[in-house]
Amino acid sequence: MLGTVWVHVEPAPGGVASISLELLAAAISFGQRVEAVCAGGDPDAISATVGEHGASLLRHLELPGGALVGPLLGASLAAAVGAADDPPAAILLATSYDGRDVAGRLSARLDVPVITNVTELAASDGALVGIEPIFGGTTNVHTRFAGAGGPQLFLIRPKSFQADAVGGAPAPVADLPAVDCGASGAARVIGSNAEQAAGPKLDEAAVVVSGGRGLGEAGKYEMIEQLAELLGGAAGASRAIVDAGWVPYSQQVGQTGKVVKPDVYIACGISGATQHLVGMKNSRHIVAVNKDAEAPIFGVADLGIVGDVHQVLPRLIEALQARG
Amino acid sequence: MSGQAGRCWGRVVIGAVELQTHTVRIAVCVKQIPDPADPGKLDPDTKTLVRAEKLILDESDSYGVEMALQMAEAADGEVVVVSMAPEESFGGLRTALAMGADRAILISDEALAGSDALGTAKVLAAAMRRAEPDLILTATESTDGYTGTVPAQIAELLGLPSVTFARSVRLGDGEVTVQRQTEDGHDEVLCPLPAVLSVTAGAVEPRYPSFKGIMAAKNKPTDRLGIADLGIEAGEVGWAGARQEIVEVAPVPARQAGEVIDDDGSGHERIVAYLEELKVL
Repeated sequence: MLGTVWVHVEPAPGGVASISLELLAAAISFGQRVEAVCAGGDPDAISATVGEHGASLLRHLELPGGALVGPLLGASLAAAVGAADDPPAAILLATSYDGRDVAGRLSARLDVPVITNVTELAASDGALVGIEPIFGGTTNVHTRFAGAGGPQLFLIRPKSFQADAVGGAPAPVADLPAVDCGASGAARVIGSNAEQAAGPKLDEAAVVVSGGRGLGEAGKYEMIEQLAELLGGAAGASRAIVDAGWVPYSQQVGQTGKVVKPDVYIACGISGATQHLVGMKNSRHIVAVNKDAEAPIFGVADLGIVGDVHQVLPRLIEALQARG
Repeated sequence: MSGQAGRCWGRVVIGAVELQTHTVRIAVCVKQIPDPADPGKLDPDTKTLVRAEKLILDESDSYGVEMALQMAEAADGEVVVVSMAPEESFGGLRTALAMGADRAILISDEALAGSDALGTAKVLAAAMRRAEPDLILTATESTDGYTGTVPAQIAELLGLPSVTFARSVRLGDGEVTVQRQTEDGHDEVLCPLPAVLSVTAGAVEPRYPSFKGIMAAKNKPTDRLGIADLGIEAGEVGWAGARQEIVEVAPVPARQAGEVIDDDGSGHERIVAYLEELKVL
């Protein structure tokens, strides 16, 4: 077992981001003591949730209006590590928009590296080993810290651990003092816009339907959205069509982009580049439709249809609509 | 931009010749990577990626280059592309120059082999101190290493603000207004310059280098720097500075491929049946 492990917990509408609960589950399996660190959100609600998921303390940073999380939390965490009676052996953060900012800032402040894209952790001689998939998930690289001093920093990919409510009491809340981070903290959020598409979130949906270059043109992505809606799922995309500007980055599934692990993943007109496979190959069931029988996506599909998405998808949509 | 930004040079008068200098300098940090179409290999001894012979511009970086070019064109600015790579690797920088960047900086040094993300950020931050840009653009992550930490690390090392995951950027007077991707949508962020921005893929449509651009690229100024030029000690970067070690490289059992059928006009029915089997329907 390690000593104390800190977990960066991210507030989300209605509580705590699901990835943060996954990180807490990882932390309690390796740490003797787990403390949550969090910027913004409602500390009372968060302390109840993180307590239930095994945290013994919530270190909470009051986020001034308009401040970005990264620079302020990075600097404040670095100071807290230095001031702690029981400094953390490891700090776990999520491969999320803010998690990566905090990790990068913290790493530079403390002058310790970050082990990134971790999907599994293992303990060895009091140190943690981060396991990262490369080459489209065909190979795992095991990395550990060597002589860095300071806490071991890990950025963990979503859907790597199962959240586990162990039933603890609300964690006591300790104030995490904000450090003046000068020019680094000068950016200001002047407006927030929710663009939540109807239906479940991409990384939480039980069914994900994704489209790729095989759709031929941006307008055809509508078929993907329609199918996702009919199946009560979320619509995703390959990097190729995000790069082409057909759909926003927020819908990208892959190594760069979101990692999804739905019950059913339906890949339409996606060849299955390693870039994409990393983000979806751990789905429970995979269906692929592609006209190229040699496409690598068929190598991971439970059901593969070698056919034209422009033929198969309209028929599938019609069949689902007919069921009502 | 007016003098508000503090780093603007305005016009320089030398004798009777008035030289128009740039009003804003934008540096784009780019990575030159092996062609992602070629599968990579790990060196069995060092357990790091075997460097391919020929490196190309990471497609992720083409968005930052394009965005910089558009801003520079509108503001009469200068675009400098900066890359850390082995000595002979210039193909990716040449692509950026052919797209329209004004000059390139290549940082090469034997001591840099094996650098991790923090080491890379230290080198790029040192290059930025020397180049003194108003705005530093990066990709959100590289295609081959994809740590995604370098932009925030560069910003922290320079003591600058950063806005990561920018999907649109408007250059104003000494500041930028950025749409930053969030979990639920986007934030509008106002950020004073100088600043570091990471740009998402698809934010703009990168131009293809024209024939004229390709020819012009050959004569554009290029600086080649070593770590000594940047005041960096060999122990801070490369293998020595990485302070993490790969203890194992293990193959992952392949996922079993399932049933693959040719669509004879009834492929959709097979999908419906499968979804029923899984109780999705």
